[in-house]
Amino acid sequence: MLRWAGDPEGGAPFVEADPSQPDRVVGFDVEVAALLAGGLGRTARFLNVEFRSIDQAIARGDADIGMSGIEDTPARRATLAVTVPYYEFREVLSVRDADRSRFRSLADLRGRIVGTLGDTIAYEILLNAQREHGVRVVSYDDDVHPYSDLVIGRVDAVLLDNVLAERRHRTVRGFTIQPQTVAIGHYVGVLAPENAALRDSLNQILLGGMRDGTLERIFRKWAVWNDDQPQLHARLLAGEPVPAVVGLDSSASVATMSRWDAATRYFPSLIRASAVTIVLSCLSMGLAVAIGVAIATGRVYGGRLARATLTAYVELIRGTPILLQLFVLYYGLAAAVRLPAFVAALLGLALNYAAYESEIYRSALEAIPVGQLEAARTLGLSERQVLALVRAPQAFRLALAPMTNDFVALLKDSSLVSVLTVVELTKQTQIFATNLGSWVIPGSLCAALYLVMSLPLAVLARRLEQRWRTPQG
Amino acid sequence: MTGTVLDVTDLRLQRGSRQILAGVRLDVRRSELVAIMGPSGSGKTTILRAIAGLERFQAGHITVDGVALEGGADIPRPTLRELRRKVGMVFQFHCLFEHLSALDNVCLAPVHAYGVTPADARGRALELLAGFGVEHRAAALPRQLSGGEAQRVAIARALAVDPPLLLMDEPTASLDPERRAELGALLHDLLRQHRTLIVSTHDEDFAHDWATRIVRLRDGVIVPETRSA
Repeated sequence: MLRWAGDPEGGAPFVEADPSQPDRVVGFDVEVAALLAGGLGRTARFLNVEFRSIDQAIARGDADIGMSGIEDTPARRATLAVTVPYYEFREVLSVRDADRSRFRSLADLRGRIVGTLGDTIAYEILLNAQREHGVRVVSYDDDVHPYSDLVIGRVDAVLLDNVLAERRHRTVRGFTIQPQTVAIGHYVGVLAPENAALRDSLNQILLGGMRDGTLERIFRKWAVWNDDQPQLHARLLAGEPVPAVVGLDSSASVATMSRWDAATRYFPSLIRASAVTIVLSCLSMGLAVAIGVAIATGRVYGGRLARATLTAYVELIRGTPILLQLFVLYYGLAAAVRLPAFVAALLGLALNYAAYESEIYRSALEAIPVGQLEAARTLGLSERQVLALVRAPQAFRLALAPMTNDFVALLKDSSLVSVLTVVELTKQTQIFATNLGSWVIPGSLCAALYLVMSLPLAVLARRLEQRWRTPQG
Repeated sequence: MTGTVLDVTDLRLQRGSRQILAGVRLDVRRSELVAIMGPSGSGKTTILRAIAGLERFQAGHITVDGVALEGGADIPRPTLRELRRKVGMVFQFHCLFEHLSALDNVCLAPVHAYGVTPADARGRALELLAGFGVEHRAAALPRQLSGGEAQRVAIARALAVDPPLLLMDEPTASLDPERRAELGALLHDLLRQHRTLIVSTHDEDFAHDWATRIVRLRDGVIVPETRSA
């Protein structure tokens, strides 16, 4: 049996669930896997792995080979056993139809926003273009939303490979794929470094498939055969070396640097991403506290309708995943309200946490003994004053510890907003790790930065609690 | 200075199917210290709460120094506001505001409910605390006070807005005999200042030693009993 890992979320023509039989997968990668397994005299067994985790799954030994439109990169060559390339693609720029004569290359996009899939060659190319041409890079977790955001005007161009661009062009109207090639890359299979012998056998099977036309038949079936492929196959069969990428200066790739140099190079970007995390978390928490106080007050003091509405809101938010809420806010409402990514992230986190905060404040308000409230009333304070001067200050002290816990949780949940193209600490770490081909240094730096941000909060909370608890007489 | 401060007529109060007060009549004149006695659950505290505007009653009338409450209806907000100036209440467990110092407990209402300047309120509060012998505890939080100290602060807080009528619920419940005598003396000082006091209590000795009049609550009505200190 040949266990191969892929991500059906990537969809056709690579790997997708068979529409007529959803527990089966189809696509050209599925057929290449069958070719490889057949060549070994084995059967192919598919393992569903999230696209960005395929390298790690292979390194851990979860599967023998990973294939799902996986790009050949210097990092992969340095850290994994990579097969010969079996498909050549071109990185192409897509722009709105109206901009087709204005934005022909990355150099035309100074100050403009260009989107792509994170952790890809295209992303590396855009980071270089950011330095050279001043483009603004936005990284997505999937290859669908860059194009829908292009059409509605959130981004000005998308850089991705021609297979992805042409696939999207068939279903989304309003954008043009520019003919100029930005870079050339290849799809490969990846294996664990210790499986070099298996990789060599698979290479022979792939070369055989190129020689006898099996690969051509597969790619023609999935409508991705073009003039680049026979040339690639000819070079490989002639024994010529094929560079991982053409058109990307890979001398700057962290995969070729020492670990220390790589860490020094990425550290400033991790610090910047930490700033995004802390600013986003502080603003979201501030807003969540304000909304949470309003909801809690409404639920304790409001009329029946207000109470029912607010309870419904709290239950809706608590009963649905925050990722779904972020998607709805950013992509779902895009037709009506086009929120910038950072604003959508801030609102999404704030609206979600407000529901949880409101429950803390409500129970804290209800925990204040009724005698305290009656004493305040008999003194002549109005209900509003009873709340502001007696009930809320005491409730705040009760709420402080759970609130701080929530803030620390929010700090970490803020990593979820990377699905909205906001590059915060976890996302930046992931990019670093992908380019380096290892999680050890990026993961340690990331953990250290989160601790640096969250530990002072914990200390502050303890101090505040002690201050209000310790006798002061 | 001997006019009626409190007039309760035919006060009826029911909770669910249980009749707590079944036609209470009570007339209290200025500078009286009336002790309301009766077994647990007889409604002593309920009478005080109704007079303080904390409890809705189904029938009857309560008039406190000219402010009239009618049974069967919610008390209108302006009436309630007037009532607060007329009645001070000291709860059995004092109910001092836990987040404020003793001094701030006393200053809170004058400043926020009656527009007294903070400096004036502070001066008056220190005077009251000094009068009750607890000025040295002005900065302490309620949880740092002894039971007796907390009670004195609570009395000072209730008197800070100068109400003619002071209600006290079970004031001797947590006091030893010495502190009880001190409290009695303190309440008599208040009588000399022409204040009027009603205390609910179980404490026969305290009532006999210090009250100018004792009334007993039985089956939801008051049975009069004369007594002079």
